[in-house]
Amino acid sequence: MSLSVSLNHRLGAFTLDAQFDAPQGLTVLYGPSGSGKTTIINAVAGLLRPDHAKITVDGVTLADTGTDSTAQPEIGARRTARRGIWLPPHRRRIGYVFQDARLFPHLSVRGNLRYGAWFAPKTAIKPNMDEITEMLGIGHLLGRRPAGLSGGERQRVAIGRALLAAPQMILADEPLAALDQARKDEILPYFERLRDALTLPILYVSHAPSEVARLATTVVALDAGKVLRAGPAAQVLGDPEVTPMGPRAAGAMIETRIIAHHADGLTELAMGDLRLLVPRAGGRVGTPLRVHIEAQDVMIATRRPDGISALNVLPATVREIRIGQGPGALVQLDADGHIILARVTRRSVKNLGLCAGQKVFAILKAVSVAKASITG
Amino acid sequence: MDWLGPEEWHAVALSLKVSFWATLLSLPFGIWIAYILARKNFIGKQLLNGLVHLPLVLPPVVTGYLLLMGFGPRGPFGIALDQIGASIAFRWTGAALAAAIMGFPLMVRAIRLSIEAVDPKLEAAAATLGARKSMVFATVTLPLITPGLLTGTILGFAKAMGEFGATITFVSNIPGQTQTLPSAIYSFLQVPDGESAALRLVLISVAIAMTALLASEILARRLAKRVAGS
Repeated sequence: MSLSVSLNHRLGAFTLDAQFDAPQGLTVLYGPSGSGKTTIINAVAGLLRPDHAKITVDGVTLADTGTDSTAQPEIGARRTARRGIWLPPHRRRIGYVFQDARLFPHLSVRGNLRYGAWFAPKTAIKPNMDEITEMLGIGHLLGRRPAGLSGGERQRVAIGRALLAAPQMILADEPLAALDQARKDEILPYFERLRDALTLPILYVSHAPSEVARLATTVVALDAGKVLRAGPAAQVLGDPEVTPMGPRAAGAMIETRIIAHHADGLTELAMGDLRLLVPRAGGRVGTPLRVHIEAQDVMIATRRPDGISALNVLPATVREIRIGQGPGALVQLDADGHIILARVTRRSVKNLGLCAGQKVFAILKAVSVAKASITG
Repeated sequence: MDWLGPEEWHAVALSLKVSFWATLLSLPFGIWIAYILARKNFIGKQLLNGLVHLPLVLPPVVTGYLLLMGFGPRGPFGIALDQIGASIAFRWTGAALAAAIMGFPLMVRAIRLSIEAVDPKLEAAAATLGARKSMVFATVTLPLITPGLLTGTILGFAKAMGEFGATITFVSNIPGQTQTLPSAIYSFLQVPDGESAALRLVLISVAIAMTALLASEILARRLAKRVAGS
């Protein structure tokens, strides 16, 4: 199951020109506000008609307005912007989770959940209502009205409503942005479960680096209406050239495995042959764990430091250095095949004489890895 | 009801009948016009808006006269209706048409306001869940505007009950046929000993109006509560 998108849109001074594929798993459209994320997701939903669009899900065409940006218009060809295929939203079979939940106030939670199922095609394989309500922990809310729910509960009902419509893809437009951190932590695991359990493509809009690192299978980094880079999450997030939210927000995502929970509150993780100590993480020994390591938390030493409080000192090789516009530089390190980003000053790069291929040590304080950055 | 003479009783019953049908039949058009005024943009929208509101600002006699010109025995619509045996001039059906037209702007206004208060984002959400436009309207917009519909209906009904000028101009004041409550009160006040009959009808008018207002108030509160879902 995969989604293929190619869009062209002009709105005043803003130009959107984006092509990307969202394979199975969760694809995050990652970028600052105004980068075109919401325009893209609404075009995929059919709520906004761009100048040109070609959108297919699993080979089924949702939109194909003829010309695309790469095709040279024939000389003398008439402009036929309004021709071609453009399915209305109700025929696209999507499950859209909005930032503001958008539950129907006049229906009970049960009525909201059933709403999409009424319109799903008879032939569609409908998810089991009881399973979904149990998975989302909303069984006790069925008789309630949306007005009486908390923000987190509303968003869980919205996820259930989207799933029960038997969609062929899930869209989510910053579904956590309106929630506080505690509610975010409440909802995030459900998206992880969807990512791991569903074979449908999930398109997820976000500008929060930790959310992206935690959820994304694929990242489409956007800036000013253009795709900066699209690819597997670890690759895109570990690329020092791709910092849609600015270098301060840069950070790599590494996939590890839990090997021990220590009595002093630390959890030991394996990344290849290397070991990483982080604050206590949930999950049994042996389970895989994603860790988001912010570039600013990583220091670089050319010799193994002695007498240092930081617990993680990882031998690594410099792969690439991106000198920034200001005083900073982003250094991409390879630690036993895992990509880590370190944000240091240009002066340090010069003083240490850093260059590609050099053997260094990456230093990371265990406590600098936030709880929200460690998940299963 | 022996304290009401047959003529008075007729006037009350006729007014209720005229107002009921006028309101009921204009409601679907009211919803339709209110919806396109609230949600659509098209050339001539202001013109349509003006036309709908015209009976509110024109002297009722003028509206009645225009109806007479159009639907009277010599009017183009009147002749057409006569040919199919459905002439409305000087009949209670004509009174219903006059009442409907006079109440229409009030009805449309109330419904339009409530449609404008419905968040289009909810309608978009319904569309993404597979509901075609007509289903979105039936399952989301319509339930959410029920308080506005009720207000519009009551306003239209009240206006129909009180309509006098256009009615008397268009369908005259024939006892037992087109003599509505206000026309009957007017007639009784024209004859020397009609004052007590007029007073009885006035009291009935007040009672009907108060009942309608109270009932709508209570219903509107309940509906608003249900729609808001608290």
